[in-house]
Amino acid sequence: MTNNPVPYSNTRATLALAKASFISIIRSPSAVVFSLAFPLVFILVFGFIGNGGIKVQLGVERGCDTSNFIFQSLKKVSLIKFVNGQDSLLMSKNLTRGNLDGVINIQKNFSGKPPLILTIRYTKASLQNGTILKSVITDILYYAGKKNQEPSDQPVLVNESTAEGRAYKTIDFILPGQLGFSLLSSGVFGTAFVFISLRLTLVIKRFFATPVKRYSIVLAEALSRLLFSLIGAVIILLIGHFAFGFTLIHGYVTVLNMLAICTIGILVFMGFGFIISGIAKNESMVPPLANIVTLPQFLLAGTFFPIDSFPTWLQPVCRALPLTYMNDALRKIAFEGASLIDVSFQILILLAWGVGTYAVAVKVFKWE
Amino acid sequence: MTEENVIISVENLVKKYGDFTAVAGISFEVYAGEIFGLLGPNGAGKTTTLEILETLRDKTAGNIIIDGFSVDNQAAEIKKIIGVQLQAAGYSPNLSLTEIIELFSGLYGVRVNALEMLDKVNLREKAKAKFKELSGGQKQRFSIATTLIHKPKIIFLDEPTTGLDPQARRNLWDLIFEIRKEGTTVVITTHYMDEAEILCDRVAFIDAGTIRGIDTPAHFIDQLIETGFEAPKKVKQATLEDVFISMTGKDLRE
Repeated sequence: MTNNPVPYSNTRATLALAKASFISIIRSPSAVVFSLAFPLVFILVFGFIGNGGIKVQLGVERGCDTSNFIFQSLKKVSLIKFVNGQDSLLMSKNLTRGNLDGVINIQKNFSGKPPLILTIRYTKASLQNGTILKSVITDILYYAGKKNQEPSDQPVLVNESTAEGRAYKTIDFILPGQLGFSLLSSGVFGTAFVFISLRLTLVIKRFFATPVKRYSIVLAEALSRLLFSLIGAVIILLIGHFAFGFTLIHGYVTVLNMLAICTIGILVFMGFGFIISGIAKNESMVPPLANIVTLPQFLLAGTFFPIDSFPTWLQPVCRALPLTYMNDALRKIAFEGASLIDVSFQILILLAWGVGTYAVAVKVFKWE
Repeated sequence: MTEENVIISVENLVKKYGDFTAVAGISFEVYAGEIFGLLGPNGAGKTTTLEILETLRDKTAGNIIIDGFSVDNQAAEIKKIIGVQLQAAGYSPNLSLTEIIELFSGLYGVRVNALEMLDKVNLREKAKAKFKELSGGQKQRFSIATTLIHKPKIIFLDEPTTGLDPQARRNLWDLIFEIRKEGTTVVITTHYMDEAEILCDRVAFIDAGTIRGIDTPAHFIDQLIETGFEAPKKVKQATLEDVFISMTGKDLRE
């Protein structure tokens, strides 16, 4: 019996653990179903259903006259949401990005008839919502004309134009949300289940009897789950792009930026998993606890519906959730071609959540 | 036995859980190359003592030196020279036996041929099976295989034969003898006195956290007889277990 002649390598031990953990994940049906099958099914279903919960974002240019009957009638239309206070440069930018569905400006005509000049700009980035807006305005003008009893005497001069822009497809909204949710459920459910079962079946205790460092057990799990989730993300992105026309503005650079956000997201979400594995007494307590974390975000973080379509009182709640910022960052990167610096605010909020969850996780995490 | 042969030395080991004293100041030595048995009823403190030696549990007081290393500050060194079989350890449910052996060889920082390791415990044909698919005896043999990966100087076995049928139990004894033959020191706990009598070079009786005696099984028995003790039933040349084996054979049922 001789001592091992090679110096002990904790890195090698960590990699051995990570490899074993990775094999375990890909062999676990629930991991594959939750991370890949579910998001793809949702993408498919929502891809066919089309837009739900429509809100038309109408930019109101500064100096627009709001006392006239057209504006007052528009205010009564519940699906129109007015966006005020942006300067015309920002409005034009938002219009081309499809963040605004139209920009309106109404002025009194002091030089005579007709008394009002209505300038409305639509965008190719949001043709569907633009059409809705157009028909609403046509309706208002039609009824106004009727009331005047003089259809020939047009009360309003209408200037219409359509801005260039990319069409924001349903898939462009749905896919980032599904990607975010896939990472959330894998991070929370997967991590919580793995650690509670390692603990309860004493697998972790057996690891402690080897020279490997404790933190390596956590690190290895994080590495393997990260790798698995990123592979899943790439598969979702590729299928989304090639089968459903998901927009990746700068091609593979966009994909890399999205994967960077995914990495931050999955690490933050794993923090919740660690907390749950520490709190739960047995495996059957994991699903309810994990659902408390994932379900609200599933519904409220802009996964299926834009946050704007929720009632105003609920929106602050939506804007407190980490998944909201991850979805936000993913959409900005994919559709608007934002860089990581452009989404640094979203990253910062995610990191803040990370600091918070890991501070709690360190306190409640149990090894045995 | 000379001083150099002592591989484990335990002095005044105390372990308290709150107000409860699980181990109340025990001292013993284990000699290199022997099979040492820790015997005692449930709750006597055997597993606690074992887990402190395995550096899995902190002690309240006392000195423990394992092959020259102190459990206080050299736990990492100790872990490299001991093999640990836990009473109810599980293994990653999604991995095959081969993959688990590879995982543990990574954890111990050695390179082994997984199939050769499985050969040692007669499990080669189960190389692709999962741990949960094994029979009780196979599970224990596999568990022992994972303790041998890094050629440890000492292995700790916590009730390895509990719940096994007589064939599997005898098969495991043979395995333990083989391990000892290769120079490995074995520390074992068991509830079966016939097993301790056959396997152990020396045994320590523990009860309520204290040691009642340490000696060879034969010496203990002789001492008891000297006090005038007589077994209530006349000892026959064979036991019922011998009958069981002669009727059902020595072949493993798995």
